[in-house]
This record gives sequence, structure tokens and C-alpha cells, in this order.
Amino acid sequence: MALNHTFDLNHPLLEAGLESPVNEDTVHDSFSQLIAEQSDNEGLSDAFELQQLQRDLDEEGQDNVVRLSRRRHDDRDRRKHQRNEEWEDDERQTDTLMGEQWSSDTLKVLSSMPSRTIGRSRGAIISQYYNRTMQLRRRRQSRPSIRDFSRSARPSIRGYGIEADITDAEGVEVSKRDRLVNNLQNLSVSDRVRMLRAMPLSVAEKSELRRLALQKERHSHSGRRIPCCSQLKYYIIIALRHSWYSWLSFLHSLQLWQVALKRVSGRFGTAVLSYFLFLKTLLFFNLLLFLVTGVFLVLPQAVHPPLLLDGRRRFSGLELLTGAGYFSDTVMYYGYYCNYTLHRSCRDNGGEPNMSVSNGTRLDCVLGHLSYKMPLAYFFTIGVAFFITCIILVYSMSKSFGQSFTIDKSHSILAMKVFCSWDFKVIKKTSVKLMSENIFIQLKELLAEVSYKSVQNTTCQKLGRLMVHGLAWAICIANTAACVFGVCRFSEYMHQNLQQSSRADLAAKNPLLNEASLLAVPVLVSLINLLLPGLFNLAAWMEDYDSPSVPTYVSISRNLMLKVSVLAVLCYHWLGRVAADPESIGLTCWETFVGQELYRFLLMDFIFILLDTLFGEFLWRLFSEKVLKRRRKPVFDIARNVLELIYGQTLAWLGVLFTPLLPAVQILKLFLLFYIKKSSVMMNCQAPRKPYRVSQMTTIFITLLCFPSFLGASVCVTYTMWSITPSTSCGPFRELKTMFQAGKRWVEELQKDNPNLSALAMAHAYLVENPLFLFVGAGIFLIVIYFHSQVVDGQRKIINLLQEHIENEGEDKKFLITRLQFIHEQNRTHTRRVKSQDSSC
Amino acid sequence: MGNKQTTFTDEQLEAYQDCTFFTCKEILRLHSRYRELAPHLVPLDYTNNPDIKVPLTLIITMPELKENPFRERIVETFSEDGQGNLSFNDFVDMFSALCETSPRELKTIYAFKIYDFNRDNFICKEDLQKTLNKLTKGELTPEEVALVCDKAIEEADLDGDSKLSFSDFENMISKAPDFLSNFHIRI
Repeated sequence: MALNHTFDLNHPLLEAGLESPVNEDTVHDSFSQLIAEQSDNEGLSDAFELQQLQRDLDEEGQDNVVRLSRRRHDDRDRRKHQRNEEWEDDERQTDTLMGEQWSSDTLKVLSSMPSRTIGRSRGAIISQYYNRTMQLRRRRQSRPSIRDFSRSARPSIRGYGIEADITDAEGVEVSKRDRLVNNLQNLSVSDRVRMLRAMPLSVAEKSELRRLALQKERHSHSGRRIPCCSQLKYYIIIALRHSWYSWLSFLHSLQLWQVALKRVSGRFGTAVLSYFLFLKTLLFFNLLLFLVTGVFLVLPQAVHPPLLLDGRRRFSGLELLTGAGYFSDTVMYYGYYCNYTLHRSCRDNGGEPNMSVSNGTRLDCVLGHLSYKMPLAYFFTIGVAFFITCIILVYSMSKSFGQSFTIDKSHSILAMKVFCSWDFKVIKKTSVKLMSENIFIQLKELLAEVSYKSVQNTTCQKLGRLMVHGLAWAICIANTAACVFGVCRFSEYMHQNLQQSSRADLAAKNPLLNEASLLAVPVLVSLINLLLPGLFNLAAWMEDYDSPSVPTYVSISRNLMLKVSVLAVLCYHWLGRVAADPESIGLTCWETFVGQELYRFLLMDFIFILLDTLFGEFLWRLFSEKVLKRRRKPVFDIARNVLELIYGQTLAWLGVLFTPLLPAVQILKLFLLFYIKKSSVMMNCQAPRKPYRVSQMTTIFITLLCFPSFLGASVCVTYTMWSITPSTSCGPFRELKTMFQAGKRWVEELQKDNPNLSALAMAHAYLVENPLFLFVGAGIFLIVIYFHSQVVDGQRKIINLLQEHIENEGEDKKFLITRLQFIHEQNRTHTRRVKSQDSSC
Repeated sequence: MGNKQTTFTDEQLEAYQDCTFFTCKEILRLHSRYRELAPHLVPLDYTNNPDIKVPLTLIITMPELKENPFRERIVETFSEDGQGNLSFNDFVDMFSALCETSPRELKTIYAFKIYDFNRDNFICKEDLQKTLNKLTKGELTPEEVALVCDKAIEEADLDGDSKLSFSDFENMISKAPDFLSNFHIRI
């Protein structure tokens, strides 16, 4: 029955099926023209090909089909030596496939398959266009060599049709370019630029296209005798673009540490670079926070300093460490800020219209002048700063998720390793060597994995391993618990100490010693933070994991556990012990005290990082080089260092309410840290040996920064604002029951002055004061996140399905080709038989 | 630049900014880097688009490319004559495609070309062999190389022709999140 079954390739249905690009590309409508035009050529070229095929095959030709068949020759030869597995299962068909020259029909079908025409990718079409122009140009220069031709290895596979073109090649090329230019011209300016940039053409070609497009545009404009207003518009657009470019290059020159980052990445690759990029991100977060608090809090207060009751304390130098003493009554801390309305000169635009009760302040401006209400400003500035940070964090988190979003399917790992693992940034010789060793080892491991799919462990081994893991975790948890308990007891002890000294009035006797004792808790905590990770590493050393990425995650989770629990205890200490009963330790302003504590923690953290860099990296390198005579340098522990950064940032976020200038301190710290870490890494470390999945890790770190760090800090700050009574004699919120009442009072005043605004008061009362609203808001937020994750999950499933689909299509294609060939064979033998019968007759 | 000798006209600079991912300062820096390679050959004045090409042997002495195992392929891919001689336009083109902001599609296209050693628009076994030998500096034994080639092609090949077409390559790259950050040269 298959005998009278003929494949009519000119059948319209089949033709349409083959030209799927047209259907697929309805989106890129600006290009469908090009594609359509390409498909038009097909008929012509097909005919041509067949002739070509019937001619001698090894003529030097640019026809793709010729090359294809030649490759088949090669393949066949190779396959005689090594059988390809995929064909092995249908041996019989393989024989017909391999044994015989591909029939021209099969070749035709093969060459017009969508995967070979890549009609989908607009880049490919453009590049194909480019190929042709290149070839033509070369032909015009009359030096047609194979080498010249094949360099134009833009990934257009369907190179045929060129011979057909050649008759009116010039015309076709010109019209094609015209079409491209027309497409460009029809786009808006920004789209055009984007598209030009993304074209895989050479710059010369692109600028030529651009020039033509611009020229045409101008031409059509002048041809249409446009009114002068649109001419004006045109010039304005050009001027705007000019300024946009200069702004861009200005912004670019602002980019921090361009050279330093290049050097780091050149030596250590993307993995170590990610640490420095994270540091840079944190720097920008703090810069933002600092700008907001600086402009709205520090600056107005610094311009109008409040009257201080007692004189300034003497500067002793210890303040730099403790943050107390001399700094106590400065803009740095909460206690310095006043609770009244600042009256500014009449030109300034402050905040609210002047209708407040001014508590005995300078009333040098008469009524009607603008004023600045400090408590309100304080409340809203902190709130807005947190809100902006939250939005940026969530945004960058989702972006990062989007970038590292992959289907974790085990296949094509090897291919990915081969093509995607080389880091083109790395330029240092030893690092390049290390990287190629690294890739070598990974490839070998993967190969081993492929050849022995899975080595089954015995139950005994499994049990033993489980016990070791359990032991390691038990050690880590026990140590963390012990440390946390120690911090808790020690801070309590210090607290009692403070109580006693305030009762006995020892502070007057030896103020310096007293101040220095404040440093004990921060030193202890930083010491724990420095030493325990070492212990965790020791515990991790005795476990062994199958996958190289698991130890990293385990170490991150252990370190995180430690840091979160220590911070939780500290928060309890500050908000529970200190804030609850500030008088007992002789404090008039507990907020300032907590701010100072946070300053001390931040500073101690910095100092200990420095010590760690000095001892852990510099001295260890010297030791191992000079004493142990080892050539190896220590490896930069990216995960631990990033976690340290996150810890420091949590402190900064916690402290910004009590110390509005803490972001400035953090900026300074990060700035110094960058240079110190950079020089330490350059001097002491070597490129990491272990594979490190950069984009995944970056996503994890951003998530950690968002979830425990930022969320924890904002919960603490919100709790402080909502339910802790502020100090009665200092700060912008004195005389209020909670900080949050500043807003309430303002609304009440507004209502009193202007009864029309009662709706606002109602809204405030129902929306802000009611915790229900907060819950509802948080609930909605969570629901949105949930939906988002569901959508992503759905997409993942769809991608999986599509992947399967593609694989099935591949199978289908294979099947169809063999079938086609089979039918062709039968046809041929049939005709042969008929012929022989004829001749015998 | 200012009152010193101008390298590019404003028009040229604008065209470069429209067609590449570089700002005007970066274009000027690229020019100075290009000129450093062959100071006697490359003029400072580029306003009349001189037709000058720097040969491959000089280009690959750049520190950015010097240690890269694919340096010859990169330069050849971007050179207009296929021999590795780069005009300034090609030079800009190269670093524009390899810069941070260039989109995945463009990077994929050029990566495909770089790995396609024999320029037949497919990545076949020989190409993979060459890639592997360059990656591992010839440390793998021939059998291992053959095995890796077979497996890699088997994994990434969707249409079963035992070589990677561009669509296979693109599909594989789309699953590798690190490709974008790795296929990037800072200039």
C-alpha cells in the first residue's frame, strides 16, 4: 500500500506545514515580511537544488544541501567505525539510511525542516541577510574561496537559495536592506536603538542601516513638508537624546570600583566577584537610607540645634569605640531630636502648614510661615525609608529569581558544563590554569556519574552516615545554644552591673572604665561570630556529602542559625530589659543607649572582620608559606563573608530608628571593607577550587538579606514604634505613649483646625491604628507572593511539558525521515523491477 | 578630548552609541585600547573612517584575551574577513557582544559561532573535541573526550542528527543561568 503513496512536496498543505515560521512569527510582525519573502524563494531554490544535486555533488558550492549531503558522506564513514547508539535499535532501517545515498526527496524535507531554517529567531534572519550581503560583496571582489565563505558562520543554516538569488542578487539584496531599513524606520527611537544593538551584525553594517533609516526619516519628513512644530519636536527629541546619552555616560563614570572589580574578576572569576558585588549592593542600600534620613531628619535638626541643658562632654577618644560620651548629645542619636515644630525661614517649603502647638520654642516666624514638625518627620521618614528598602529588596529578589530560574532537570548537565562553564572574565594565568583543572575534575566526576549511574549504599553505611550527620548537627546546635545562653546571661550580668553602679553612683568615680565595660557584650558576640563558624567547619569536615553544593548550604544554614539566635537574644535584651525599665540603670534616654549599643556592635563587627582578615588570611598565608612550605594559599570563603555582611546590615537596619546616622557609619564601614578585603584577597587568596553556582548563590543571599535580616529588623522597629513607651525626657516622641501616636496627634490637630478633614482622621483611625488593617495588608501581600510563586510553578510545569513535547517532536522527525527514506527505497526498487521487466520483454 | 585632536565626530559617536552597548566614553577608551595594540598603524583621527585592520597576532596580546583558550576563535568570529584581522568596528563589535548588558540572544549567537570551529553552522563532534581540549588543556584522554562528546551531544541534541544546531544550542543555553555572567569580558 505504501507503493502508490507518493510524497507530493508541492502540495499546499505540506508546504504550509513546512513553513511554520510564518505562523510562529506573527508576533514579530515587522519581520514576517522578511520571512515571507524568504519562503517565496523556496520554490525557486528547491528546483535549483534538485538540479544541483543531480549534478556532481562535490562541486565547490555554497548550497547548504550540498554541504549537508557531503556531511552525510562523512558521517557515514565515521559511523562505519563507531556505531551511533540512537540508530542502533532500528538496525534494519539504519542500513537503508546509511547504506544508500540520501534520496533527494529526503534531503529536501530535511533541509526545509523548521529546526534548520530557524525562522523563529529574528536575529538569525538578520544575520542571514548579512551573510548574503557579505558573500555578494566578496563575490564582487572576486575572491570566492571556501574559507571566505564559511567564516560567515552566522547560525543561519539554510544557506540555499543563494544561487537562485544570484541572477538578480543585487536587486534582492537592495530590496532586503530596504525592508530592514523600513522596519527600523517604523520603530520608535528607543525600540530602534534596542533592536540595532541586539542585531548580530557588524557595527559597520548597523551604522549603515541606521544612517539609511535616519536619512529616510528625514527625507520623508522634509518631503511631506511637515509643519514647523513637528520639526521642532524632532529637534527636541534629538536634544533629549543627546542629553540622555551624556547623562548615561555621567552615570557610568559614577560607577564605583570599576577597575577594582575588573581586577578581582580577572583573577578570581565570577564567584569571588559576587561577594564584592553584594557589598556594593549593600552600600547602595545604605546610601539610600542615609540620604533619606540625612535630608529629612539630620539636616533640619542640625540647622536648628536644640538648647542643651548641660554642656558638651569632653572628647576622650574612647567615644569612637563606644559611641557614647561626646557623641551622646549629637544628631547621631534619637535623644538629640526635639519634639517641637521647627520654624524655618519663609522661603523654605517644610512639611505641614503651621498650625501646631509649639512647646516653648523660637517663634521668630509669624503665623502663616512654613514649619517642620519633627516627631511627624521622624515617624514618617523611618517608615518611608523602610518601605522603599522593602520594595527595592523584593524587586531585586524577584529579578534575581527570574535570572537563576531554571528547570532543574538532570539532563544536559554535561553539555552545559562544556559550553557554559568557562569564565571569559578571568585573565590571570594561574587562575586560568586552576579553572581548566577545575573543569577537568568536574567533567571527570560527571563522567564517572554517567558511567556508574548510582552506587547503592548498604544500609549500614547509610546508618553510619546518618549518625555522623546527626552528631555534627548536634554539636553545632549545642554550641549555638550554649553561646546564646552565654550571651543572654552575660548581658544580664552586665545589666545588673550597670544597675548597681548607677545605684552606687560609681559612674562618677571612674567614667572611663565604666564606658569601656560597655564594650564587653559586643566583644563577646563578635568573638562568637568569629570562632563558631570555624567550629562548624570542623564539624562539616567529618561529614561527607555526595553533592558538592550541599556542604555550602549546610554551612550557611548553621551560620544563619547562630546569627539569628544571637540577634534575637540581643533584641530581647534591648527591647525587653533596657526599654522596660530604663531608670534602673540610670538612663534618661534608653533609645540613645540602644543606639549606642548598636553602634558598638557594628563597630566591633568591623574590627573583628579586620582581625579575621589579618589572622585568618594574611598570617595564615605567611605561616603556611614560610613554616609549612606549602604552595597553597587559603581560599576565600564567600558564603561566610557574605553572611557577615548580612549580619552587619541587620544591625544597621535595627539601629536606624535609634541612630539616624548609623547608615553613614555602615557606609564608611563597607567602603573600608571593600578596599581591605580586596587587597587581602589579591594578596593572600587563591581562586576557589570548589564549583560555585554563582547566580543561585546570589539569589540565596538576596533572599536571606530580605527574609530573616530585613524582615526581622523591620518587625523589631515596628514593635518599638507601636508598643513601647518612648523616654519621657528626650527624643521627638517624649510625652507620647507610643511613637506611633505622633501621627494620631497630628491628625487630631488637623481635624481640630479644619473640620472638613474629619474623613482623614477617620481613615487614619481605621487604617493605621487598627491592627486589623495591618494584618489585612500583610495578608494581601502574602497572597500576592503566593500567587506569584504559583504562577512561576505553573510556568515551570509548562516548560517541562514543552520540553517533553520537543523531545517527542524530535522522535517524530526521526521516524518520519526513516519512513520517507524507506518509501523512497521501495519506490526505487519497484521502478527498477518494472524497468528490468520492460527490458526483458 | 575637547580642544585636543578629535578622534570621532559627534555623528560617529552617536552612531556607535546607537549600535553598541557602550557609552561615548567607553568608545573612546576602546579606541585608545585599540590604538595601543598597534600605535604605528592606527591613527588617532578616525573621523574619515580609515580602513585599517590590526592582525590577530596583535589582538590576542590584549590582557583580556591573552589567557583565554578561545582567543583565536573569538577574534576570528568577529573579524570581517574571517582571518582574524580586526578593524576598529569589528573590535567594538566584539566587546559589545561580550559586555554585561548585551542580551542573551546575541550572546548565544556569538557563543555558538565561537564554538563552531569548522564553521559549518553545526557544533559537531570535532568542534566539541576542540572545545574540550581547549577547556581542559588537553588533560582528558582521547577516550574520555570521545565519551564526553557523545554524552554532551546526546543530552543537548533534540532532533537526533547527532550534532547541535543553533536551536539545540539555544535551548541548552537557556537552561544555564551562569552563561550570561560567564560569557562576559570586562573592558
